[in-house]
Amino acid sequence: MLIFEKGKEGRGLSLLPECDVEVVLPEEKNRRELALHLPELSENEISRHYTELAKKCHGVNDGFYPLGSCTMKYNPKINEDMAALPGFTEIHPLQPAHTVQGCMEVMKTLEEYLCEITGMTNMTLQPAAGAHGEFTGLLLIKAYHESRGDKKRTKIIVPDSAHGTNPASAVMAGFSVVSIPSGPDGCVDLEKLREAAGDDVAGLMLTNPNTVGLFDKNILEITKIIHECGGQCYYDGANLNAVMGTVRPGDMGFDVIHLNLHKTFSTPHGGGGPGSGPVGCKEHLAQFLPSVLVEGTDELSFKKAENSIGEMKDFYGNFLVVVRALTYVMTLGKEGIPEASQNAVLNANYMMHKLKDLYTMAYDEVCMHEFVMSLSDLKKKTGVSAMDIAKGLLDNGIHPPTMYFPLIVEEALMVEPTETESKETLDEAIQVFRDLYALAGEDAEQLHNAPVRTPVTRLDEVGAARHPVLKYEF
Amino acid sequence: MELREGLLYSKSHEWVKEEGDIAVIGLTDYAQSELGDLVFVNLPEEGDEISVGEAFSDVESVKAVSDVYAPVSGTVCEINEELMDAPEKINEEPYEAWFVKVKDITEKEELLSAEEYKAFVESEQE
Repeated sequence: MLIFEKGKEGRGLSLLPECDVEVVLPEEKNRRELALHLPELSENEISRHYTELAKKCHGVNDGFYPLGSCTMKYNPKINEDMAALPGFTEIHPLQPAHTVQGCMEVMKTLEEYLCEITGMTNMTLQPAAGAHGEFTGLLLIKAYHESRGDKKRTKIIVPDSAHGTNPASAVMAGFSVVSIPSGPDGCVDLEKLREAAGDDVAGLMLTNPNTVGLFDKNILEITKIIHECGGQCYYDGANLNAVMGTVRPGDMGFDVIHLNLHKTFSTPHGGGGPGSGPVGCKEHLAQFLPSVLVEGTDELSFKKAENSIGEMKDFYGNFLVVVRALTYVMTLGKEGIPEASQNAVLNANYMMHKLKDLYTMAYDEVCMHEFVMSLSDLKKKTGVSAMDIAKGLLDNGIHPPTMYFPLIVEEALMVEPTETESKETLDEAIQVFRDLYALAGEDAEQLHNAPVRTPVTRLDEVGAARHPVLKYEF
Repeated sequence: MELREGLLYSKSHEWVKEEGDIAVIGLTDYAQSELGDLVFVNLPEEGDEISVGEAFSDVESVKAVSDVYAPVSGTVCEINEELMDAPEKINEEPYEAWFVKVKDITEKEELLSAEEYKAFVESEQE
């Protein structure tokens, strides 16, 4: 039942304070009367309504959540404590800079730490999420070429295993996309890359470890090929959780990078986050960064880069997400950051090793922070698809892995356990995966009908996509 | 896998029906069954130029978005607007649910007969 269908006219609550500013209404002739349709509920009813909705969801707080490429790690509660400090919450973006020096120091400090972790010289915290960061980074590349009068660079090279946002962001930024096939080892095919590289290439977008969870051993050669044709190298930070504190994208030869604070740096993810997609770059791109940058030693002030591409978002991005990410980095410290990544890689390899005698691994070699299985042989044998196994996991209190991605693997399930899961949790999940595999052979029908123990059972995804109902009709 | 005699097939799983100077293009039964239930189709506009091997349309299933490649080069002279509101037609009757009609054909991919296409799909599955 939706909140609009609950409550009763005239019922209310005392949560909101009295209005303490002068009420100024527009002139009568400029007003029109419309039903507001605000639900009228008591505090008790509202509380129950949202608790009921929460019970229908599965979050990291409910159970294992190995959603590949999404890094659904645990978000430590100390992050929330810090973000709730009044010095961070009771401020306004239009306050003079000298009255919010502490907050600016938070931004400056995080910028510096993120530069250190990624091997970049400059960082902007403004973009609101990953794809927004991609768009920002691509505009930097565009501005760079244009500033040099190099106007024929219209293409962005993207491997066929890339996150769907990469080609989409490239098109948004006015480029055309050249997709290059992956080699049989899941890595970039160097021959194909050399064929695609030319004086019309603006840049390459890549994630390393790549989308099948493998570290591309040719990475230095890849970035060299692009630089030699005059292009720029863009690093999609979606998979940084595998390598932070161990190897830096800047040292791999990348010129510009976006990070997902809501993945790698343990800020809330999903359900609107809000996210945060800082963009880092090397010195030669810094003059194009969006405003606002924090500068100064004694007093920090906001500054706009010389040839800035302009604002990517209001004010300074999602500031309280920045506070959470800084808390995370400072809690882990110099030793903790690489250790988190090492454990993420260890956990993924442990699960992969314990499953590979049953499930077919798309690439059967040491993986990084995630691995991809192909269920196409299981589907041929039993009729049970990756979707059915995913739904079976839900019945066992586990959120499904990423499904049907990357597109180059048939019936794909992409598992990313993250570093914040214990060996016991991994062992339980491994057992569930193994039991479901056995069940597929014995009673496929049961899996076709899963889930049956969740608050909502199997949804009509096709019906929802073909006939979406996007707004409530009063 | 259903096949129609008299149609020509591409290795990227489109079918072509030649009606005089016009080529009618759609997706094969094998392609629709691999894609699963389609929920959206993006078609070019009348007058658009399409070229062999390049995507001229895309289809979206609950799994993913996939490109549909042009088996011929030419000018789009008609699109099947009905598919925009009813993409399920591609699943139900793949050989009736044509995507576009193309005229002024300048180039054609090497297309397969029904029998050759069947052998190709079977070799792909191995």
